[in-house]
Amino acid sequence: MASDTKDPNRRDFLVVAGNTFAAIGAASLIWPFIAQMNPDAGALALSSIEVDLSPIKEGQAITAMWRGKPVFIRYRTAEEIEAAKKVALDDLADPIARNENLKDPASAPATDQNRTIEGHEKWLILIGICTHLGCIPEGQKISDARGDFGGYFCPCHGSHYDTAGRIRKGPAPRNLDVPVITFITDTKIKIG
Amino acid sequence: MADHSSTYEPKSATAKWWDERLPIMRLLSDQMITFPTPKNINYLWTFGGILTVFLLLQLVTGIILAMHYQPSAAEAFNSVDNIMRNVNYGWLIRNMHAVGASMFFIAVYIHIFRGLYYGSYKAPREILWILGMLIFLAMMAAGFMGYALVWGQMSFWGVTVITNLFSSLDGIIPGLGTAIVEWLWGGYSVSGTTLNRFFSLHYLVPFVIVGLVVLHIWALHMTGQNNPTGVEPKTEADTVPMHPYATSKDLFAMFAFFLMFAWFVFFLPDYLGHPDNYNPANPLVTPPHIVPEWYFLPFYAILRAIPDKLGGVIMMFGAIAVLFFIPWLDRSRIRSARYRPIYKWFFWLLVISCLALGYLGAMPAEEPYITWARIFTAYYFAHFLIVMPIVGVLEKPKPLPASISDAVEGGKSSSGASAHKKN
Repeated sequence: MASDTKDPNRRDFLVVAGNTFAAIGAASLIWPFIAQMNPDAGALALSSIEVDLSPIKEGQAITAMWRGKPVFIRYRTAEEIEAAKKVALDDLADPIARNENLKDPASAPATDQNRTIEGHEKWLILIGICTHLGCIPEGQKISDARGDFGGYFCPCHGSHYDTAGRIRKGPAPRNLDVPVITFITDTKIKIG
Repeated sequence: MADHSSTYEPKSATAKWWDERLPIMRLLSDQMITFPTPKNINYLWTFGGILTVFLLLQLVTGIILAMHYQPSAAEAFNSVDNIMRNVNYGWLIRNMHAVGASMFFIAVYIHIFRGLYYGSYKAPREILWILGMLIFLAMMAAGFMGYALVWGQMSFWGVTVITNLFSSLDGIIPGLGTAIVEWLWGGYSVSGTTLNRFFSLHYLVPFVIVGLVVLHIWALHMTGQNNPTGVEPKTEADTVPMHPYATSKDLFAMFAFFLMFAWFVFFLPDYLGHPDNYNPANPLVTPPHIVPEWYFLPFYAILRAIPDKLGGVIMMFGAIAVLFFIPWLDRSRIRSARYRPIYKWFFWLLVISCLALGYLGAMPAEEPYITWARIFTAYYFAHFLIVMPIVGVLEKPKPLPASISDAVEGGKSSSGASAHKKN
């Protein structure tokens, strides 16, 4: 529909305006077809769970299911806490806390204190997905391999995590993530 | 038209490189841009384009729905509900798909009656017509199986009734019908197994339709389009290039049709459905009044008009089968009903019969509806088997125009330049 004249005329204006309108219409029609793949209202409604911690004895661990992912909940022994606290920050492959509950999760140092919830240091609560390629590390069961640092060991590609869930050896780039946790009572938590 | 020689000239070195290897731009240019289109085609000729768009829309929305739908007897109904309530824009996509099926049938019925009125099935367009009828048949299969997937009461009992049509074959060879029905069901009743295979086939059939549509368009582009006069284009002055003339007309009609589509999608999404289908399928209770989707009603009326099980089924399938033979049943040499003073009235009688059968199919199976259904069923078959062959021979047609240009310009001019302006 190119015009014969050089100067834009009314027909040019109509063609451009019409095409623009059609393009905007088409683009807005496409959005629902893309958005439909986002998590639906049913998935969003499952975004938080509550877990009762009272049956867990010192040294034991349970795995909860949150948003389709395993959440490791471990009642650490005094030795495990001690071992985690002794580690110098310089020895960590990833010195960032990765704890969603802190004010500055992207910059706080990965001390043992920063990896847990204040006042509840004996509980180590982590998203149980290796930060390398998404396998589930071993270490929840006492019989599991726990790697060179006594925490978790991912059998897929050999990542070793310590007793604060920090990456110490292997290909994983980041410490295991700490989800958003609220202690409702001393023995009951809400995840998410 | 078949003798439309290629006018495509690659404009760049890249275009030339492609043209020597895969001349797809040449194909598009020859078949969709410069393709000669009779200059007198009216808005009834826009429904082919509308149907193509609706086929694509059904494919896209259907593929999306399949991402969220669960084809199991336990979950199907709930997953449809989940699509409507929870999936982002699920309500929109499902309404588009369900209403889109109805729009598809509205458009195809207009398209078919257009072909009947203007004689678009006559030589050399017989194959084109038969391919169209195959598409219609495949559409009915897709529509029927798609309605089953909702797995509400109407879905379930619709499947039960329609699959049981085949049990009438027991009247020919005892046991044959039952064996076929159990084979269709995958059990001794309609069940989740049946639902699973319907889902699989409902996904398959649209792609078969796409293949048939490609052949349909291929056949169309061999013979060229028919037109309201039924007189073939004789010179270049009788035609215009497809783009921008036919394409812009198609686009305008499509927007108008989409307004109606949007009205239903946003304001009346359930108007064309049935409230009973909002009850989950229950194999122990049949709804008091079973009706198929509106687009099957004329055929359903024919089924019920016949007081014999096997006879009703034969007549219902016969009502579709007879359409395949129209190119040979119509004995008139004249294509367009415009020039057929007698046949024209019979054509409208057929339209009225089909609409009446549609109405009667929705009514309960009692008097006076049954008698009326028999009358209109009788005319439906008489139209094709008696009127078409006999009127074609007896009728004295009106004189045909010498050419398309002659018809649209009253014989005043037939020069190329003025013809283009006139359009």
